[in-house]
Amino acid sequence: MARPVQYNIKNEGGKPIAVAELPPGHTGDGFFATNLGSLVGLARKNSIWPLPFATSCCGIEFMATMGAHYDLGRFGAERIGFSPRQCDLLMVMGTIAKKMGPVLRQVYLQMAEPRWVLSVGACACSGGIFDSYSVLQGIDQIIPVDVYVPGCPPRPEAIIDGILKIQDLIGSESLRRRSSDKYAELMTSYGIQ
Amino acid sequence: MTLTNELIKEKLAQKFGEQLTNWEEPYGLLTFTGAKDTNLKVMQFLFDDTEMRFRFLTDLCAVHYPNRTGEELAVVYHLHNLVDNIRLRFKVFTDIAQPDIFTASALYESANWMERETYDFYGVNFVGHPNLKRIQNVEEMDYFPMRKEFPLEDQTRRDKDDEMFGRG
Amino acid sequence: MSEHHIKLPEGSIEKKTTTLNLGPTHPATHGVFQNVLELDGERIVDAEQTVGYIHRAFEKIAERRPLYQITPLTDRLNYCSSPINNMGWHQTCEKLLGIKLPKRVDYLRVIIMELARISDHLICNSIVGVDTGAFTGFLYVMQYRELIYEIYEEICGSRLTTNIGRIGGFERNFTNTAFQKLEKFLAEYPNVLAEFNNLFMRNRIFMERTIGGGGISAERALNYGFTGPNLRASGVDYDVRVQSPYSSYEDFDFIIPVGKTGDNYDRFMVRNEEMKQSLHIIRQAYQKVQEFKGEAAEVFHADTPAYYLPAKEDVYTKMEALIYHFKIVMGETDIPSGEVYHSVEGGNGELGFYLISDGGRSPYRLHFRRPCFIYYQAYSELVKGSMLSDAIVTLSSLNLIAGEMDG
Repeated sequence: MARPVQYNIKNEGGKPIAVAELPPGHTGDGFFATNLGSLVGLARKNSIWPLPFATSCCGIEFMATMGAHYDLGRFGAERIGFSPRQCDLLMVMGTIAKKMGPVLRQVYLQMAEPRWVLSVGACACSGGIFDSYSVLQGIDQIIPVDVYVPGCPPRPEAIIDGILKIQDLIGSESLRRRSSDKYAELMTSYGIQ
Repeated sequence: MTLTNELIKEKLAQKFGEQLTNWEEPYGLLTFTGAKDTNLKVMQFLFDDTEMRFRFLTDLCAVHYPNRTGEELAVVYHLHNLVDNIRLRFKVFTDIAQPDIFTASALYESANWMERETYDFYGVNFVGHPNLKRIQNVEEMDYFPMRKEFPLEDQTRRDKDDEMFGRG
Repeated sequence: MSEHHIKLPEGSIEKKTTTLNLGPTHPATHGVFQNVLELDGERIVDAEQTVGYIHRAFEKIAERRPLYQITPLTDRLNYCSSPINNMGWHQTCEKLLGIKLPKRVDYLRVIIMELARISDHLICNSIVGVDTGAFTGFLYVMQYRELIYEIYEEICGSRLTTNIGRIGGFERNFTNTAFQKLEKFLAEYPNVLAEFNNLFMRNRIFMERTIGGGGISAERALNYGFTGPNLRASGVDYDVRVQSPYSSYEDFDFIIPVGKTGDNYDRFMVRNEEMKQSLHIIRQAYQKVQEFKGEAAEVFHADTPAYYLPAKEDVYTKMEALIYHFKIVMGETDIPSGEVYHSVEGGNGELGFYLISDGGRSPYRLHFRRPCFIYYQAYSELVKGSMLSDAIVTLSSLNLIAGEMDG
């Protein structure tokens, strides 16, 4: 099972080994000046605490994504938590039935700002193949969603792509967004105070 | 002597006579229909009899036949004799206006939730069931969705474009 | 388990029970189902279960779809081992339509089904480990599930919800890459299983956590409708593959492991041993498949043009193939009316399909006999009197898959 380390040990071609991209700013001797928003965004996006709300098959693909082969932890999302009070990113994976809707909404309401929602899988995005009386046709009918990942189930690479897009959103989010009127309007359209 | 379909049919016809009708063997599985109030008696006989030994309830479900007036709902029991490896299918029919069937949950614990599911989907009222409430759907639902007259899709949707689905 | 309750003087504190809601979103419930527990301190006095949080109305959807379109629905029943569900459904249809399969197809199906069984038992056993606190086993073993996914991908293109096979066989022959990946799996996996066993089987902590918890006697288990590894852990050797063999299982030589008390440790051990038996079956099946040479090695479906879609090259060049293709897709084929019940040994027990056909393209009624739904009722009996942490381990050792439970 053990295999030798293969990457980034010889630095062939003299390519610089990058860690994370710096936001635009001024660098000097021993200091780096940028705006607070980008700095906070950089910190937040590389240390997301996701809440896997796994209901069905997409949950198993998430388990594969967290595993060693596709490793979500290398993007900083290592510490998954099951308490909404402690997490930033609500990953809804799987079909949400109408019976489960209020539960999902309550979990979303318990999360503290700033919070993001990633809807993984066709069932969470739009009801998927289950166009029936008991399935909620998309979680965006009850909570606001930031990124949709289509697929049935999406490959782990697709889930990671969704996380990367969330990271872009987090990195470029303005510090004032959560207290702005537009955001308040979005929340009232969902009936959330 | 080894238990065969003919032997089972003989013994059941001997005990219950005219109450069991419509004997057939689709794909090798002995199937028969019983009068509505005989379901528990037949299953108890099949359970207790030392030769029959049908002590495993594999499945319990219902079927809706809207064209059979007076007998619209059928409850189907699949029984299994694990020792001799023989299966049985036993059906009882009931009227949709008053769908009362005696519960099998006193005999088989597995019938408890299966009957709740049948009630949830078809509205069959199991007399004597300890806890007959909806199990799969939301408690507030006021119709029985698996009956043929109800549609599959959620009728309260506003966002579906009928033109695209060929219903425009 | 020790019985040290703190003895308070009479009348000092009123003895009341606490109600604890476990689920539907909880890290311990791997799937969405709810348990409302009545606790007296740490001991469970009563439990009530609620299911239906992922009810997707499979049976109603199936009444709208032609037979070959129901396969993706069956995928999503027990999604940890979806090939078994697919094969079970195909066999039900073949029973209804009277299609007989060539041996090579049967053996290929056996390989796929046993791989799926290994995949399902792997998840269940490693999650039992996680719930007792051992996360490493789970991460280590997920790597080998990836190997199984690669084999599925090579055959049908998809990892998890496979939609593998067609009514009458497979959609394409297994490629050489698929067989190479299978050989790699057969070579590497036994060592991994041995290492996984070293972690758990004689581990003092694991044994103390699992032995004695969640036990059920054979008579109660049969009355509750248990099937599969949970029933075999209680001592009853009922396995559908042996009792009513399907897909040429009678040609294979394997044993059925049984336990004694039906507690969590017995269930873990039964699943463990079943994985070893599945490897044994896959080796035999692979050897049998390799014995077909030349033209016989190209057979991957039954010769039923009425129900099996012809190859696309033929549809574009030959007249009969075009007509058959049209008839199958537009639903003009004659489907016999009748009712059939067929069951397969799924990862959790007897997965049954009760199909009533009235001659039309979609079933008149399709009912799935889902093992998880039936044995979850027994949970309150399994945990009454035990401690909360044992209840968590019992929950995961039962291998409850929410998709199969609610259907």
